[in-house]
Amino acid sequence: MIEVSQLHKSFGQQQVLRGVDLQIDEGESVVIIGGSGCGKSVLLRHIIGLVPPDEGDVKIDGQSIADLSERELIKVRRKFGMLFQGSALFDSLTVEENVGFLLNREQKMSPAAIRETVADALELVDLGGTQVKKPAELSGGMKKRVGLARAIVYKPEIILYDEPTTGLDPVVADSIDQLVIRMRDQLKCTSIVVTHDTRSMRRVGNRVMMLHHGRIHANGTPDDIFNSTDPIVHKFVNGIADPKDLEF
Amino acid sequence: MGRSADNPLKDAFTSLGRVTVLFLDTMRSIFAKRFRVRDLVEQLHFIGVKSQSVVLLTGAFTGMVMCAQFYIQFHKVKMDSAVMSVVSVAMARELGAVLTSLMIAGRVGAAMAAQLGTMKVTEQIDALRTLATSPVDYLVAPRLLAMFISLPLLTAEAIAISMVSGMMVAVFLLGLDQADLWGNMLIYTWSVDIWMGLIKAFIFAGIIATIACHKGMHCGQGAEGVGKATTEAVVAASITILVSNFFVTLVLNKLLIYQE
Repeated sequence: MIEVSQLHKSFGQQQVLRGVDLQIDEGESVVIIGGSGCGKSVLLRHIIGLVPPDEGDVKIDGQSIADLSERELIKVRRKFGMLFQGSALFDSLTVEENVGFLLNREQKMSPAAIRETVADALELVDLGGTQVKKPAELSGGMKKRVGLARAIVYKPEIILYDEPTTGLDPVVADSIDQLVIRMRDQLKCTSIVVTHDTRSMRRVGNRVMMLHHGRIHANGTPDDIFNSTDPIVHKFVNGIADPKDLEF
Repeated sequence: MGRSADNPLKDAFTSLGRVTVLFLDTMRSIFAKRFRVRDLVEQLHFIGVKSQSVVLLTGAFTGMVMCAQFYIQFHKVKMDSAVMSVVSVAMARELGAVLTSLMIAGRVGAAMAAQLGTMKVTEQIDALRTLATSPVDYLVAPRLLAMFISLPLLTAEAIAISMVSGMMVAVFLLGLDQADLWGNMLIYTWSVDIWMGLIKAFIFAGIIATIACHKGMHCGQGAEGVGKATTEAVVAASITILVSNFFVTLVLNKLLIYQE
C-alpha cells in the first residue's frame, strides 16, 4: 500500500505540492491527471524516493521513506519499476543490457538465465529479437517499450509510468496503453500512471486523481471524472481552454 | 535561481560540502568494492590510454622549451651543464604533475562532466536509482579509482619524456656535452623529487574526478545546463589544482625534503 500524507514541495520560490494526501491499495491501477507543470511527475518522484519532501510523508507498505538515506532507499526501490517520460535508456548499452541491467548488477542469476528472462520481457512488450540494438537505433515507441521491459523484468510490486504516451503518434500511444493494461492484468501489480492524455486515462485507470494547485482536487472512477460537474475537472477532461485562465 | 547570485559565499560552501560528501561516499564505495571491474577497465582505457598523445606532447614540448630557456640564462654564468638538472627537478617536483593534471582536467574532466550531465538531463541517473543502483557506485567510483591509478602514471610518463626531449634539445640543438648533462641530472634529481610529483598527481586526481562528477551530477536542465557544468568542471578543477598545489608543496616540503 502507498500512503502519501500532507506532502509539500517547493523549488526555489515555486510551490509545487501544497499538501497532497492520497492512498493507493495493492493491485490498484491509478491514473494521476493534471495540467502541464502542476506537479504530477514531482509527486511520482516522491513516491519512489527520487525527490525528498519538504514536509509530509510517503509510506510504502507502512514504511516511511521520507527520511531514508540514498543507500536505504535502494532497498525500497527494488519494489518499484518505473517507465520514464523520455524512456531514460542507457545509451551506451544495448537493449539486452538495458533490460537486464538490474539482474546483471545483482548477479543472482546465471548469464544464460538472465538472457532468457530478458528475452521473455522483450516478448511481453512485442520487441523480441531487438537485443543487440542500441537505443539510438530505436523509434520513440520502441524506446518506451524497452523502458517498460526494463521496468518489469525483475517483477516489481509497483510500476510507475511517467507520461507513457507523451510525444507518440495516436497508434503507438494506443499500443503503449494496451501494454500498460497487459502489465496490470498479467503481472497483477500496482500501477500509477501520470498523464494528461484523457483517452489513456479512461482506458488504463481503475481510479483517477486530478492534481490541481498542488493538491488532489478530484478522486474517483474514470466515469466519475468524465461526468464531473466541477468546472476545473470539466474543463480539463474536455480540453476547454479559457484564454484568460493561465492555470493550464 | 536568484539565490546563487544573492549568496555566492553560501553557494560556494554548499558546493564544497557536497563535493566533500561525494568524495567520502565514493571512497567508501571503492573500499567496499561496490564498483564493477569492467567499468574500471573502461575508465582506465579512457583516461590512461586515450590521453597518451596529450600527455606526451605536453611533457615533450615543456621539456624542450625549458631546456632552451634555461640554457640562455645558464650560459651567461657558464653553467651550461646544469641545464638538464634544473629541467628535471622542475618537471619532477612541479610542472610534470601540474601540467599533466591541467591537461587531464581539460580532456577527461570535461568529458566526465558532459557525460554525467547528459545522463542527468535525460533522466538516466534517475533511472539508475530506480533500478536500485547507486550512481556513486556505478558512475563515480570507477572514474575516481581509474583517475587515482592513471594520473600518477601519466605524470611519470610526462616527466620522463620531458627529460628525454630536453636532453635531445641540449645535445643536438645546443651542442652541450651529453655526459655532463646526464651526470648533473642524476646528481641533483633525487627520488624524493619524483615522489613529490607523483603524490601531487594522486591528490590532483581526486580533485579532477570528484569535481567533474559532482558538476555533471548536479548540472542544470538542457544543453545549456550540460555546457555550463562542463565549463565549470574544467575551471573549478584547474583553479583548485593551482591553489592546492601551493599548500600541498608546503606540506610535502616539510614532510619529504627536510628529512633527506
